[in-house]
Amino acid sequence: MSRVAWQLATVKSIRPETPHVKTFTLSLPQFTPHLAGQHYDLRLTAEGGYQAERSYSIASPPEQAGEIELTVEVIPDGEVSGYLNEGVAVGDHLEVRGPIGGYFVWRGAASAPPLLLVGGGSGVVPLMAILRHRQRLGVRTPSVLLFSVRTPEEVIYQAELEAMAQADDSFTLLLDYTRQAPPGWAGYHRRIDAAMLAEVVARFGAARPQAFVCGPTGLVESVANGLMAAGLAPEMVLTERFGPTGGQ
Amino acid sequence: MGFFTNKGFQPKRQSSHKLPPGQYETTDFPVLTAGPTPRINLANWEFRLEGLVEEPVKWSWEEFNKLPMQDFNPDIHCVTKWSKFDTHWRGVSVDTLLEHVKLKPEAQFVTEFSYGGYTTNVPLADLLGGKAFVGLVYDGQPLTPEHGGPARLVVPHLYFWKSAKWVQGLRFTAQDEPGFWERGGYSMYGDPWKEQRYRDDDDDAASASSIRL
Repeated sequence: MSRVAWQLATVKSIRPETPHVKTFTLSLPQFTPHLAGQHYDLRLTAEGGYQAERSYSIASPPEQAGEIELTVEVIPDGEVSGYLNEGVAVGDHLEVRGPIGGYFVWRGAASAPPLLLVGGGSGVVPLMAILRHRQRLGVRTPSVLLFSVRTPEEVIYQAELEAMAQADDSFTLLLDYTRQAPPGWAGYHRRIDAAMLAEVVARFGAARPQAFVCGPTGLVESVANGLMAAGLAPEMVLTERFGPTGGQ
Repeated sequence: MGFFTNKGFQPKRQSSHKLPPGQYETTDFPVLTAGPTPRINLANWEFRLEGLVEEPVKWSWEEFNKLPMQDFNPDIHCVTKWSKFDTHWRGVSVDTLLEHVKLKPEAQFVTEFSYGGYTTNVPLADLLGGKAFVGLVYDGQPLTPEHGGPARLVVPHLYFWKSAKWVQGLRFTAQDEPGFWERGGYSMYGDPWKEQRYRDDDDDAASASSIRL
């Protein structure tokens, strides 16, 4: 069986993350350990044969053997995300293939440079796979997650991220609320800009981090440019863009 | 795998166009790029034909813009599942560029190479006969950097990663040499109508491209 053949996964659990985001844990008959940052393709088939496919980043670490977690944001009028949100229950089957992708991946070497992860909205999903993999490996590479959301209710994985930051001095969580911040918020409260990125890069001192940037196109474009202005070499800035919509 | 259906799943996005398998229609123009968008100074820009040619040739931006241009209205299909129909480009066909070089007989494949280091591979035959062009203008405006400006190769009958953004030139080769995504497991050929997204989808790709040659 080829590595990326379609297989019939079973929905093991469904967990709401935010009002518009759910995590689906899928049990796989053929599990291949993935690299943190890779994705799966998911295919829906209607009576009559019509098919729709989308790619979803894997949220779980490869150590979580036999299954994958896909965190899916419901897009307004989304053909696939809408069905996943409303039409799928625990025990149902879904066709998937993967893992796919060899570029936006973190291989987890202890000698790897520090990590600067920048996510916008559901762009945090592949970054979470990196953080979970890092945690399971026990790697203490200095790491920062700058996570931009519009409102407090949109923070995917909030409890887990905050617990991770508390338990691990080498990991820093920087939330950025672009529209509405929680009461008493003293952190970032504006769109990510060059000054913010320069501050974040300065946290690494003389070291130059490997950056992973994932989110809507506009955010990724401006963050990638800002990181280069802050002194990162282009090859140290890995990006994954999604969608024409969803500007922050 | 047998024929599986997802209970209750109904198409929401019916398209008036014929879509390749697994694709959906979009009217936006999404951006997909590995890494930051390169900043290119037109004063230093050049386009080169090199590799298995008798004499390499290169054009400056000014020279390139004096080449005969045509309008192209292709449908484009991205491996990330979106398709966009009836796009409007203006550019220079690869046939026009090749009038300026003599290819060596062993030239069978092409590596498109770009500012920023991107590469992708295609059979030479897939760039000939009006099938491919270097696009400079999109929707009546200079092509923007995030879509590959100032110049991008467009090979619309293959998945759009075969259409190199920020293209700097074409290198003619005897062998099919995998490019950036191809080295990462993506299809060597990328025919959207055969859904050749990944290398494992390529079982019949070698024979398909040898027939074309």
